[in-house]
Amino acid sequence: MNATGFITLLPIVVIAATSIAVMLATALRRSHIAALIVTVVGLCGAFACLFVAAPLVPYDVTPLIRIDSSALFYIGLILAGSLAVVFLCYGYYRRQTHSRPEELYILIATAALGSATLVSANHFASLFLGLEILSVSLYGMIAYSRDLKISVEAGLKYLVLAAASASLLLFGMALDYFELGSMEFGQIASAAALPGVDGVVVLLGVVLILVGIGFKLALVPFHMWTPDVYQGAPAPVSAFVATVSKGAMFALLLRYFDRASARNYGALLLVLTIIAVASMFAGNLLALLQNNVKRILAYSSIAHLGYLIVAFEASGDMAGFAVAFYLVAYFATMLGAFGVVTMLSTPGSDLGDLNLYRGLFWRRPALAAVFTVMLLSLAGIPLTAGFVAKFYVVAAGASALLWLLIFTLVVTSAIGLYYYLRIIVALYSRAQAPVPTAAVGFPASAALGWTLGVLTAIVIGIGCYPSPVLRLIQAMTKL
Amino acid sequence: MILAWLLIILVVAGVLAAISARWSHHLARWISFAATLLDLALILFLWVRHAGEISLSPSSPWLEQLDGSWIPQFGIHFHLALDGLSLLLLALTFFLGAVSVLCSWTEITESVGFFHLNLLWILAGISGVFLALDLFLFYFAWELMLVPMYFLIALWGHERRVYASIKFFLFTQLSGLMMLVAILVLYFLHHEATGTYTFDYEQLLHTPLSSTAAFWIMLGFFAAFAVKLPLFPLHTWLPDAHTEAPTAGSVILAGLLLKTGAYGMIRFVVPLFPDAAREFAPVAMTLGAIGIIYGAVQAFGQHDLKRLVAYTSVSHLGFVVLGVFSWNELALQGALMTMLCHGISTGALFILTGALQERIHTRELGRMGGLWATAPRLSGAGLYFALASLGLPGLGDFIGEFLVLLGTYRAHRILAIIAAIGVLTATFYALRIVQRAFQGPNEHAWSLRDLVPREGLIIGVMAASLLWLGLYPQPIFNTFSPALHALESTVQFRR
Repeated sequence: MNATGFITLLPIVVIAATSIAVMLATALRRSHIAALIVTVVGLCGAFACLFVAAPLVPYDVTPLIRIDSSALFYIGLILAGSLAVVFLCYGYYRRQTHSRPEELYILIATAALGSATLVSANHFASLFLGLEILSVSLYGMIAYSRDLKISVEAGLKYLVLAAASASLLLFGMALDYFELGSMEFGQIASAAALPGVDGVVVLLGVVLILVGIGFKLALVPFHMWTPDVYQGAPAPVSAFVATVSKGAMFALLLRYFDRASARNYGALLLVLTIIAVASMFAGNLLALLQNNVKRILAYSSIAHLGYLIVAFEASGDMAGFAVAFYLVAYFATMLGAFGVVTMLSTPGSDLGDLNLYRGLFWRRPALAAVFTVMLLSLAGIPLTAGFVAKFYVVAAGASALLWLLIFTLVVTSAIGLYYYLRIIVALYSRAQAPVPTAAVGFPASAALGWTLGVLTAIVIGIGCYPSPVLRLIQAMTKL
Repeated sequence: MILAWLLIILVVAGVLAAISARWSHHLARWISFAATLLDLALILFLWVRHAGEISLSPSSPWLEQLDGSWIPQFGIHFHLALDGLSLLLLALTFFLGAVSVLCSWTEITESVGFFHLNLLWILAGISGVFLALDLFLFYFAWELMLVPMYFLIALWGHERRVYASIKFFLFTQLSGLMMLVAILVLYFLHHEATGTYTFDYEQLLHTPLSSTAAFWIMLGFFAAFAVKLPLFPLHTWLPDAHTEAPTAGSVILAGLLLKTGAYGMIRFVVPLFPDAAREFAPVAMTLGAIGIIYGAVQAFGQHDLKRLVAYTSVSHLGFVVLGVFSWNELALQGALMTMLCHGISTGALFILTGALQERIHTRELGRMGGLWATAPRLSGAGLYFALASLGLPGLGDFIGEFLVLLGTYRAHRILAIIAAIGVLTATFYALRIVQRAFQGPNEHAWSLRDLVPREGLIIGVMAASLLWLGLYPQPIFNTFSPALHALESTVQFRR
């Protein structure tokens, strides 16, 4: 590996170094604020390295990793998302003096490392490596409230299902390798075009890979774990699972399909269409039945990943742009929504029950207003990022004439409105919460307050004037 | 730039009102009132300034324009433009805006600041709809008016407000999304044909479309407007929303929100898809005629005074649909006149209902009766606007409906006859209001405070404007005629 390779790889290296630094700092002396500072400095440093690497891309650092501008863009998105989660964690765990949250920062750093590896993978080996680094970190993060049965249960559930899906993924990779003799994305495409290749085996392999990816994205029918994990995990961790982990996986999906020319398999697109339709319907319909805000957000995220597939299927530059833009909007909005939940929760007693949100507006108007903005953005109402994002997705779908998908999107997002409105109605209801919880009266934390403020500004800013973000995306993620 | 100010004033005043309510509720009310009056003054100023130009029928129908780049990547512009049609509807918007601030002066006592924020932002959204010439901007404004309206009903409404507000939101949102898809398809077809990506109305007017494509896209637009209008059988959200909304909400819903649907049909559906609209016209007109009769019959059967008034809207807006899809000069003039007058007369009826409810805490017709003895001014006003609603000559509604009937007769005789029967049925419900509520013996021994000066002022101004529209409507016709001519010639040209 030469100097260019090293510089382009620098962001990933710095993230890895951050996790070690936090570990060492914690070993030296247990201090919450020190762990926070080291993590934030490390992640910001990695972010700065993106600008150093930018002039040198695209560059193949070994056959495993290919850093191009879209990889840099998604690493930046992952870092920004992780940074927001770090601040959420800080505000969340500061409320409990006897908790030991320092290790969580190590796990966040390693999870970010895994995600960054995923989005720059160019080879089955690096794909699997990134996926496992991410998954193993997530097991720890989800079960971090280890005194809590529900948290441990969520962690175990995730562990078992993730392991199962990873084995399917491995099997798929093995089938493809057996038939094509290569594990590099670019070579898979050319090998599959050669005569004498058994297309059925290759397709079977790709479908199995899709199953592995679909599990991480919580697409129907691989979504069963999502609500339980979101509910059981500490609120900031749920935010991480909903955004960074899914975003990285989706970027990988985009990259894999593009570089390995998987779009050539018509059957695969049909499978994706079915999955998308099922996700949109199941996510939005099942959310109607929930009474727990974290579970509602879980089902909502299932539906949103379905919308993303609509953009994904559009193919071409438009698809890439729409996916990138949707992810930016979705990151900001989901982090904001879970941020509000975090603001109202303490470790061990997350505020999930919808009844406890009743009348929040009359006690904490600013917080309720932020939550309203986030919910409206999830519903895709103007003045919010979610509106422009949904607009872009429908535009991408319409440009590719995907009528079935667009029709499903329209119908299901109207259904989806109902449960967002249910939360909003509760927020503004004049009836007070039946049990005034301690957390509701909890003083605002500066870290949380600022994070939410910035996220709200981003959501409304993108909603009103999306041009700069669009320009960035069109420059960075051009295929 | 003055067009942008119309919107900016409302948006900023909304925020100011929300903040100022922390110190004084009255301050919030005064700020909102001042903002609506200022906008009304601005639009009247524009009217006077362009009065000469309007009658000269200039080459371009636009009196004022504002065009700035917004999201260049998609070819989206911040393009506002004003012609005679928009001007009159904006004048109605700000007039009813001021009225709704006044009529909620004592009705709204809880979270006054947030109420006025919502109220002014709805008005901003509606003004945006009437001004937007970029289809993205139009959709943006179209959706923008929903959320504050939803809050208005859900937070300050009556008993079944949550149900009504959610129903309202779901109906309008679903139909809005269909329009979004239609807009996007039009956008891509335009790109295919010309190679430019644009949402600009005037450019999209020249998109060559196959007849199948035009029909389906037209249907997308039509769905959104028909729900808002509301056209039978898509009207079911309306009685609930109108009944449960606070008075100001009902005034804005009936007076303005419904008009955005009619405006959309005149501005977009017919000019963008003239042939498809002509093919579809019999269906739309039949539904409109059914709506006229159905709304009147339903209104006659209601026991809740507010619900009764709500159903009359279904009936009146049926005339508007008939007028628009007849698409001749008389019918269009009648449709516009009906839109303006219905806004005022139904708005006034809602205000009177609200005033009654504030006094006797019920909307049940059965609990009223004989109110004339105790509140003569209120009851007299009730009689006046009920007569306006049934189409008494001399008041504005009569002119509108009469012209629609004349115009429709040319396009479709049978429907014109059915609609004329509808005028007759209006007599039943209008007189029923008067008889049940105001006349007869005062069985429940009500002793009410009559209209206070504030209410008297609102009602007086509304009554006077209705009389003006009924006796001397010529300035109105002069103002929107050039705009209508421009639209008609576009349609002629494209056919």
